Amino acid sequence: MQPMVEISDVSKTYKDGFRALNGVSLDIEDGEILALLGPNGAGKTTLISAICGITRPTDGTIRVGGHDVVAEYRGARALVGLVPQEINLEPFERVMNTVRFSRGLFGKPKDDGFLEKILRQLSLWDKRNARIMELSGGMKRRVLIAKALAHEPRVLFLDEPTAGVDVELRRDMWEVVRELKLGGVTIILTTHYIEEAEAIADRIAVIDKGRILLVEEKDALMTRLGQKELRIELQEPIEALPGALAGRGLQLEEDGCVIVYTYDTAEERTGITSLITDLSAAGLVLRDLQTRQNSLEDIFVGLVGDKGDAA
Amino acid sequence: MNWRAIRAMYVFEMSRFFRTLLQSFVSPVISTSLYFVVFGAAIGSRIDQVEGVSYGAFIVPGLIMLSVMTQAISNASFGIYFPKFIGTIYELLSAPINFLEVVLGYVGAAATKALFIGLVILGTSSLFVDLSIQHPLAMLAFMVLTCLSFALFGFIIGIWAQNFEQLQLIPLLVVTPLVFLGGSFYSISMLPPAWQTISFFNPVVYLISGFRWSFFGVADVPIVLSLLAIAGFTALCLGIIWWIFKTGWRIRA
Ligand SMILES: Nc1ncnc2c1ncn2[C@@H]1O[C@H](COP(=O)(O)OP(=O)(O)OP(=O)(O)O)[C@@H](O)[C@H]1O
Ligand SMILES: [Mg+2]
Repeated sequence: MQPMVEISDVSKTYKDGFRALNGVSLDIEDGEILALLGPNGAGKTTLISAICGITRPTDGTIRVGGHDVVAEYRGARALVGLVPQEINLEPFERVMNTVRFSRGLFGKPKDDGFLEKILRQLSLWDKRNARIMELSGGMKRRVLIAKALAHEPRVLFLDEPTAGVDVELRRDMWEVVRELKLGGVTIILTTHYIEEAEAIADRIAVIDKGRILLVEEKDALMTRLGQKELRIELQEPIEALPGALAGRGLQLEEDGCVIVYTYDTAEERTGITSLITDLSAAGLVLRDLQTRQNSLEDIFVGLVGDKGDAA
Repeated sequence: MNWRAIRAMYVFEMSRFFRTLLQSFVSPVISTSLYFVVFGAAIGSRIDQVEGVSYGAFIVPGLIMLSVMTQAISNASFGIYFPKFIGTIYELLSAPINFLEVVLGYVGAAATKALFIGLVILGTSSLFVDLSIQHPLAMLAFMVLTCLSFALFGFIIGIWAQNFEQLQLIPLLVVTPLVFLGGSFYSISMLPPAWQTISFFNPVVYLISGFRWSFFGVADVPIVLSLLAIAGFTALCLGIIWWIFKTGWRIRA
């Protein structure tokens, strides 16, 4: 099947010479939820802007539903809904009015029944006649979502939809996203939170410094992220690991002062108890213990480190 | 053409206007009345007739033009600058519409508002002076064209402006002086010869003169020149808009 969004070798250099995207290629499948993870300034918003027509890529091509976003912008943009990162709304406008505007702007015939459905789904129906400035931050964010959904897009971009949103509302939004997916909408969301990606994404793409570092099924990635490291500091340095400790994938570091054990938190048994027992049986005296979770950062570092031929 | 989108932009812009309808209505009524008190009663009592028309009536076309031009410019420039300023422009940029459709929506709305205000001033004026309009259709056509061309001009300013100062700059430095010196409150023939010559370089003179002709049948310059002037100005603005369209939006990075 043809991908819903095809990004081929896209680069973006801003006027000031800054290269925010660097040869990005990525296919987004019809109906999937893709989480775009990356630190501040990675180029997430720039990539979304290039797809949605807010900014022009310097190089490369982007297709949405088979339409080139520059040459066939009408066909492409009609399919796309965008929820921007910043809360951009006219403070004096009323909720219903601004949602209606969005629908008309995309050339869709008036359909207040449909808009009512969306507003109800986002728990905004009671606020339909409120002015934007009378809403809370979380409500404003939902108005942005309602605006993006008003024209029945096939692809929805959510640029950090849950930044500054409380836990409960975050879960509500995830629920909305899941329902949209059931309705066949392809969803791309950016986030800094790995838990968020974990909660709703089918696939995860990691972007940093304008490059896609990895695109992977969530489940596979979570296994890797689930790895934890136990660092065991010894009272006395040792030359080599005692034979009794072989076969556990242990590593000796810092001139024999530290033993590193890697295990999977998702496993039923982490093997820590038996390790400690064996350590003392081998006569080693422990000075300190530390555990460290593999973070997204580690994955970044790992990826950037051996990117040489992978990219 | 995405007519639904044009309509959506037009309606949305107009709703801003209707929200403040009373204000939009009251302020031209008050300012027009003030002009009549100052120019009509105070000064007009010393100048009784200009080119066979009572001074009070004589200033009506100029007053209308003055407001229509400044309103069209400020409505259109603000209308497109505001979304840039608060960030809602993202929606226009990501919608399946082109620049010309945006122009139609926003300029159409700004011109409509200016026209409304022009008509309010005309109505108010008729309370103060006896007005007989000799060429009502031409009058309306002149007014509509002026609204449109100045709204186009305002739209260009709004696209170009990067901050509020720039938004005010051109209207303040160029348009207001040209309009005030364009014969709103006097006939060009009342000026010394040197100033008359200079005045003929002021495009607004042609617009006001033509507009005044549609009221009283008298003009400072031939009516054909007035028509050419308004057509030329409209064409110029359209040309600039076309150029902006071709070279890409100033607002798209
Ligand atoms: N209009 C612009 N002109 C110049 N540089 C820009 C512009 N917009 C973004 N950048 C730069 O491009 C880089 C990527 O920015 P972008 O907004 O895409 O990051 P992001 O991944 O969305 O970050 P965040 O998580 O903070 O939202 C940043 O270094 C930013 O400074
Ligand atoms: Mg961003």
